[in-house]
Amino acid sequence: MGDNKFEIHKLNLYYGSNRVLKDIDLNIAEHKVTALIGPSGCGKSTLLRTLNRMNDLTPGIRIEGSILLDGEDIYQPKLDVVALRKRVGMVFQRPNPFPKSIFENIAYGPRHHGVRDKAELTEIVEWSLTKAALWDEVKDKLHRSALELSGGQQQRLCIARALAVKPDVLLMDEPCSALDPISTARVEDLIDELKKDYTIVVVTHNMQQAARISEYTAFLLNGSLIEYAETNRLFTNPSRKETEDYITGRFG
Amino acid sequence: MARKSYSEQLVKLKEDVLKMGAMVEEAICLAVKSLKEGDVELAQQVVDGDDAIDDFTVRIEDCCITLLALQQPMARDLRVITTAIKIITDLERMADLAVDIAKVTQRISGQPLIKPLIDIPRMMEITQKMTRISLDAYVKEDPEMVHCLIDYDREVSALSDQVFRELSLLMVDDPHTIKQAAQLLLVVRFLVRIAAHATNVGESTYYMVKGERTELNL
Repeated sequence: MGDNKFEIHKLNLYYGSNRVLKDIDLNIAEHKVTALIGPSGCGKSTLLRTLNRMNDLTPGIRIEGSILLDGEDIYQPKLDVVALRKRVGMVFQRPNPFPKSIFENIAYGPRHHGVRDKAELTEIVEWSLTKAALWDEVKDKLHRSALELSGGQQQRLCIARALAVKPDVLLMDEPCSALDPISTARVEDLIDELKKDYTIVVVTHNMQQAARISEYTAFLLNGSLIEYAETNRLFTNPSRKETEDYITGRFG
Repeated sequence: MARKSYSEQLVKLKEDVLKMGAMVEEAICLAVKSLKEGDVELAQQVVDGDDAIDDFTVRIEDCCITLLALQQPMARDLRVITTAIKIITDLERMADLAVDIAKVTQRISGQPLIKPLIDIPRMMEITQKMTRISLDAYVKEDPEMVHCLIDYDREVSALSDQVFRELSLLMVDDPHTIKQAAQLLLVVRFLVRIAAHATNVGESTYYMVKGERTELNL
């Protein structure tokens, strides 16, 4: 494994008195795709959301342990959370474009972070949409509502929107679960393309997808990290019985 | 348990590979016997039985392809299925080699043997033993059982060299022996190949159980 983007040490997350994540130790490699898999309620989305402190928005959450991003603790009190979320972007399960034009959806983030120059914004919009493999499909209708796009296009728009603020990391929470197979294939190709420049962490229920797109896979169960390995190894020869049972569909 | 019918199909797959293994073991056994006893009818039985083995190979392969396409197997299940495909390919080749031996029986029938067969029956015995061990290891899913195949394979190889030398000398001494000696040399070659396929089955079994490779071929 090359450099680590994230180093997670002894991470515990409590929701009220409920311990949702248990002693997670995990390193996430830079410029690789890491998949988080596990049954519903295992904590994989919660773990993903700790990486840009999205859980801070949920009341009653308490965190122990540390998460280092490029060696810096993202849970230190003085950390600028807005700046963190600029570096660590997120794409959600259902495409959630703003009810604005395609252009405005992409320009929103950079503008929020202080870019005012129209030419610069235009450049960012084209760059982001090109990166997200959507430019050719929308370049003639940038000022139409984003809601007119298909589901798959909307999801790529959301990826473009995340890229527009030039993050280092993209967190994706089941990015293809609402998409048809063709749109899924497009997004998967895109993930493969984007990993050259970004560190990507994907939560997915679709194990074939995890197998197809990721270099590393982490399997969580009941809030514990059961196994973390190269994807190829984990899906052909897992070392833990729980992993074997889960990925062969014999869980429970 | 979740995925009941899938699990049942995997069990059935293994049973089918074993059934095929038993058919192939029997074919080798009969082919060897036909040669030792000069029994052309027995040899014909081996030749005739090969179609059933070929059909079975195709049926098992189709079943594997269906499982791969419909179930997206992972981990051990994936190894069980890919191993089955490899093992039936080896078994099918072994059955073909049994047919080749049976055809030698037919070709040399009625001729007095140019020398008493000693080392060839010994080779036959070892290759049959290797076939049985590799299939037993597969049934019992015991990866440790397969290691002895290396030693047996060496023995087969050494015997093959020895028979080759003896038959070469015979042919030099008396060119009339060439026709039959050439056939016997073919049998030696077929037995060496059967032994090699048996070690392949052993290697596949090892991978299926452990998820790691082992090298058993010379």
